[in-house]
Amino acid sequence: MTSGGLSTNRARPPEHRQESTNLADILERVLDKGIVIAGDIRVNLLDIELLTIKIRLLIASVDKAREIGIDWWEHDPTLSIGQRDLAEENKALRQRIAALESGRNGNEGGADG
Amino acid sequence: MADALVYLYAVTDADAAEPAAPGGVDDAPVRRVVAGALAAVVSSVDAVRFGEEALQRSLEDLQWLERAARAHHEVVAAAAESGPVAPVRLATVYHDDQSVRALLHERAADFRAALDRVRGRVEWGVKAFAAPTADDTADAGAAPGSGDGSARPGTSYLLRRRAERDRAGTRLEAATAAAEALHRELTDLAVANRRYEPQDPRLSGHREPMVLNAAYLVDEVGGDALRELVATRADGPLQLELTGPWAPYSFAALEDS
Repeated sequence: MTSGGLSTNRARPPEHRQESTNLADILERVLDKGIVIAGDIRVNLLDIELLTIKIRLLIASVDKAREIGIDWWEHDPTLSIGQRDLAEENKALRQRIAALESGRNGNEGGADG
Repeated sequence: MADALVYLYAVTDADAAEPAAPGGVDDAPVRRVVAGALAAVVSSVDAVRFGEEALQRSLEDLQWLERAARAHHEVVAAAAESGPVAPVRLATVYHDDQSVRALLHERAADFRAALDRVRGRVEWGVKAFAAPTADDTADAGAAPGSGDGSARPGTSYLLRRRAERDRAGTRLEAATAAAEALHRELTDLAVANRRYEPQDPRLSGHREPMVLNAAYLVDEVGGDALRELVATRADGPLQLELTGPWAPYSFAALEDS
């Protein structure tokens, strides 16, 4: 008997596996799991938290983020369509404030300071 | 070759076939060091680039780290094709083959036990996210233009924000409960399971909060059942992501290491 999962993997073209395996998942496993043995060469592995921060910094470069499979903002309605709603809302609020302020000035000099 | 170090990827049975890996870290060829009933899957690597100082620096270079992690992972996956494998953590480096052989001898019983635990089994990863619901999008679309929007924009904005927050809270609670229920079902199908911290949205690639991040060790039958169960839950309150099959990274620990 072959082990089911891995033999399916073998049947799949290697590019496919590469693509479908996202870097965060790989890092989570090779850095955070697996057997820990003290080798002859001593290094301190960055913990996953630190790595997350590094990746966050890296996201400043959008192309790189896309390359490593991070593209959620492209599907994020608040960053695409939602942004426009917000702009309209801000405009409306500004007009409202202007209207209120001009009304107030017409009546009296404002509340005492 | 005198200046080479030995990079260790994984430990396997000695009688497993040579892993058909294209090339390991730093594009180094992959070979095996056999000792008794065990074999270490290794590469000879440059002593300068993989020396303590350079290696420490490289690990903090995300580009380097990505290449190394992918290469390490590919070699482990190739080794897993031909039998049980105990993956070793990234950046485990020895002076020479003799040290690796000594390690295999010294911890032989532990490695045997670790390999026996994962023999004929693979690891699947399941991640669950709170699924955005249909009425969320409907409400969000209706609110800005509805009714007195132009008359009292400030109030309607705040009300809308509060409603959104309330909805998100309720949704998260429901998703968390659904994730716990799913985890119990998956646990019944698995030989062993491990739960991990939810990934940061910027890492997971999902905007929705992660409510389950777990690994399950399954045999062939369990693996089929697990995939089926995940597939049948695709339309529920959870958005599910299945990864694998993985070499058993999460389950190959040595006893009291």
